[in-house]
This record gives sequence, structure tokens and C-alpha cells, in this order.
Amino acid sequence: MFAHEFMRNAFLAGTFVAVACGLAGYFVVLRSQVFAGDALSHVAFTGALAAAAAGVDIRLGLFVATIAVALGMGLLGDRARPDDVVIGSVFAWVLGLGALFLSIFVSGSSGSNGTAAVRVLFGSILGLSAVDARFAAVIAILVALALLAIARPLLFASLDPDVAGSLGLPLRAVGVGFFVLLAVVAAEATQAVGALLLLGLLAAPGGAARLLTDSPWRGLALSAVLALASMWGGLVLSYEIVSLPPSFAVIAIASALFAFAALRARLRSGNRSAAPVPLMNRGEADL
Amino acid sequence: MSTTTELAGLSWHPVSDFEALTEFPFMVQALQAGTIVAVMAGTIGWFMVLRRQVFAGHTLSVIAFPGAAGATLAGLPLALGYFGACGVGALVLSRVSRSEESGLSSESAAIGTVGAFGLGLGFLFVSLYGGQLTSLESLLFGTFLGITAAQVQTLLWIGLAALAILALIGRPLLFASVDGAVARAAGVPAEALALAFLLLLGLAVAATAEITGALLVFALLVTPAATAQQVTARPGPGLALSVALALAVTWLGLGIAYFSPYPVGFWVTSLSFGLYLVVRLLLIALARLHHSQPLGAPA
Repeated sequence: MFAHEFMRNAFLAGTFVAVACGLAGYFVVLRSQVFAGDALSHVAFTGALAAAAAGVDIRLGLFVATIAVALGMGLLGDRARPDDVVIGSVFAWVLGLGALFLSIFVSGSSGSNGTAAVRVLFGSILGLSAVDARFAAVIAILVALALLAIARPLLFASLDPDVAGSLGLPLRAVGVGFFVLLAVVAAEATQAVGALLLLGLLAAPGGAARLLTDSPWRGLALSAVLALASMWGGLVLSYEIVSLPPSFAVIAIASALFAFAALRARLRSGNRSAAPVPLMNRGEADL
Repeated sequence: MSTTTELAGLSWHPVSDFEALTEFPFMVQALQAGTIVAVMAGTIGWFMVLRRQVFAGHTLSVIAFPGAAGATLAGLPLALGYFGACGVGALVLSRVSRSEESGLSSESAAIGTVGAFGLGLGFLFVSLYGGQLTSLESLLFGTFLGITAAQVQTLLWIGLAALAILALIGRPLLFASVDGAVARAAGVPAEALALAFLLLLGLAVAATAEITGALLVFALLVTPAATAQQVTARPGPGLALSVALALAVTWLGLGIAYFSPYPVGFWVTSLSFGLYLVVRLLLIALARLHHSQPLGAPA
């Protein structure tokens, strides 16, 4: 398998992108910002297609669009939890813009450029060149390090914003900083699994880790491990079964892991509620 | 007349433009289908926004895509795929949101995972089907060119059925949506209502997805309703306004798309978002004005 250069590139980029997604995804779930992550993924799609329509590097459009929107969401959302209805209205329009750029791009270029749109929507990890893969890996490593560097205040701010705020933690700065990092992760993951599927790589490992352990640090590590397992498993599966697209295989494994975690959590909570004395208040167990 | 020879010529003369618009049967059928869909989306979307189930609605709309792609792969009618997938999706979502006990964050993670998995499945179906990329684009972003008279007929019956069910459960649903705890205490079956509503939402999404595409359904469901709820909190006028706005953006969007080279999804989403923004800014300006009145002045 590793005799092929495209597989080596896919593993190089995929490994670090998955770790970054797992780390960011845990915070996304912890902060109940899954819907905002979804919005960012659609912004990534529109940004990439705008760049394609304008004839510049897709990555430029990806990073500019996601970071700009992340800054906007972080700065405008003055409450702890941005309103889903507002996010929904905005990104329905962003998707409409994406449809516009798609039609400009497809009609502007002669021939079968529809593949570019498919690449943006559903990823093309097997099509990465060695340079692309190295670039993606370096950025993913930097983002993962940055996430780990702010992990402590971020966890504090996510778990107990009131106490964190009263102790002088700059909640808004932490929130905006996290959104920007999330934007970079989204732009990165778009190249690997595509704009439409990256939510799976954010939400599924993070959600599974949250269901499996109550300890935040263990959860963070577990989320990264689960994302990595999904990525490696997906790449191997799609190599063995040729007709299986890699992005689908990755998301399918991540979803299966989440389903397993949810099942386990339900079985355990069933046992717990059958016990005569409740061991712990649920609110405390969450911390 | 030049309108009979030119397909995409806008003469800026209302009567002849309207004649040009309704000259071809496909366009008449698109307008009819758009009308039915807008009424459905306007009413059901209003409840969706009220119940703050925007994310669930988005996920359901995304699930329409694998349904359509799977139906194409299996050689079944597209409508069957849309309605089947959205029905199954509604059942899955209602189980997910009921069974999760560890709070909001896990629930949204579950909804997000369901959505991403659905999209991945759709992509698998499309790639197994073998590179029909133009159909992929229209599944995701919609087309109004291929709507047949038979489809309009089916849509009409579905729309009537959905509105009838909504009229039946509307009152208790409103009660349960506004104050779930009190409604439950008063004996309203909130869980059954939640399931029924998700199924209705799935029905609306499946019907809408045929025209706007899986990714843009959401625009017609959420934006007119969100605009209406900014203006009034009262159910009657709110529902009417939501339907009126949905109708307006659908008709205008279809009309503009007919005369322009750009897709209908873009026009519908842009018009509805523009309306939303204008209303929001107007309301903010009004509130400022009201606020800056001197103390003691009549309100």
C-alpha cells in the first residue's frame, strides 16, 4: 500500500488533519458549537468555489473565507451561544452564493470542470501532490499545537464560563481565537474529506469522546485518537475496496464509532438508573 | 413579438414579460410547484423556527440528498428517494434527540454526525452510479426545468395532506413548543407531537428538495419564518407573513432565474436573506427611535 506515492501523501496529510480535527472537534462539541462548525464547512465550500471561479488557488479562497466568517461569528455573537436561527439564515445564503459561483465556474470554463466542485464538496485526499500533502501536514501540526497551547483556558471557559469570566479570563478573546483555529481546521479538512463531510470528522469523534469519558483531558486525547483511527481505517478500506470513496469510508467509520459510544452510554445510564442510590448528580458528572 | 423568439429577453414591460414567463409549460409547472412548496415551507418552517429545531431541519434537508442519489442508483423514481430518506431521517432524529440524556452538546453532535454520514452515503451512491456530475449538481442545488405536470399533482396532494395534519395538531403543537413543561403537565403528548412534527418537517423538506435541491431547502424553511418571527410573535399573523414571504421569494426567484444565467437557488436564497436583513435593520432602527424619545413622551 505504501509503495504508491499517492497513498503516502494521503497518509501524511490525513494523519495530521485528523488529529487537528479531533482536537478541535472535542471543543466544538463541548461548547455546543456543532451548528457553527457546520456553517463554517459551508462557507469553506463557497470560498473555494469563489476562488475557482476567479481563477486563483482554491486554498486561498478556503482560508480567507473561513477565517473571515469565523472572525465575524466570533465578534458578532456577543452571547455565549450564538442564535441558531441567525446562523441558519446566514449560511442558507452563503450556500446560495456557492451555487452561483459553481454555475459561473462551470459555464466559464469549457469542458468537464464539474470535477472541481465535486473535489471541494467531497474531498480528494488521494489526489494530493507531495507538496500539497506536506503543506497540509505543516498547517495541521501548527493548528494542533496552537489548540493544545490554549487548551487550558479554553476548557475552563467552555466548562464554566461564569467562573472563568469572574476570574478575569478574556472570554471573548478566547472564543474568537478558537473560532479562527476552527476555521483553519475546516479549510484544511475540506481538502481531505470535503466541505460537506468535514462536520462528521469534527462532531463524531468529539461527541464520542464526550460520551465515553467525563474527564476533559482524557476526552481531548480520546477525540484525537478516534479521529485518527477513522482516517487511517478509512484510507485502508478505500485502498482495499476500489469503488469506495475515501471520504465516505472515513465518515462511515467515525459515525460507527459515535454510534458505538452512544449505545454504550445508554446501556450504562440504564444500569445506573436501575441502581438504588444515584451516585452522582448529572450536572456534576459532566464536569 | 420579440418575446416569442427570445427565450431570455427581459423587455421591462410587465405584461409581455409575464407572457414570456408563462409561455412554456415547464415554467408554468415550476411556478405551480413553487407555490405549493412555498406555502408548505412557510407554515412548517414557522413552527421549526419557533421550536428552535433549525439544526434538525438542516440535517433533514441534507438527508434528502442520499435519498435522491440512492433512488437514481436503484432506478427508482426520485420522489420515492426523497420521501423515503426524509421519513427515515425524521425517525432517526427523533430517537437521537429523545434518547440523549447528557445534554444539548451530545445531541447536536449526534445530529451533526447523522447529517455528515447521510451526505457521505449520498456521495457513495453518486460515485457508484458513475460520474453523472451534472445530476449531482442539480440534486444538491436544484433545478426547476424538469418538473412535470404529474409531479405538480403529487406535490399538491402532499401539500394538502401536510397542511391538514398541521391544522389538526397545530394548537397542541404550539402549546408544546412555547412551553413544553406546562404543556406536558396539562396532558399534551409532547413526545408524540415532536415525532409527528419531525415527520411533517421531513415531508416538507422532501417536497421542497425536488425544486431547490437538498442544500438550499433550508433557505425556504428558515429565512421567511425567521423574518416573520422578528416582526410578530403572534401565531396567526406570523404564519401568514411567513407564507407570504416564502411565496414572494419563490415567485421572484423563479422569475429572475428565468431571465438570468444564474441558478434559481442563488436568487431564492439571496432574496430571502436580503429581506431578512432589511427587516432586521428596520426593526433595530425603529427600536433606536423609540428609545431616543424623551422621557415621559407618549409611547
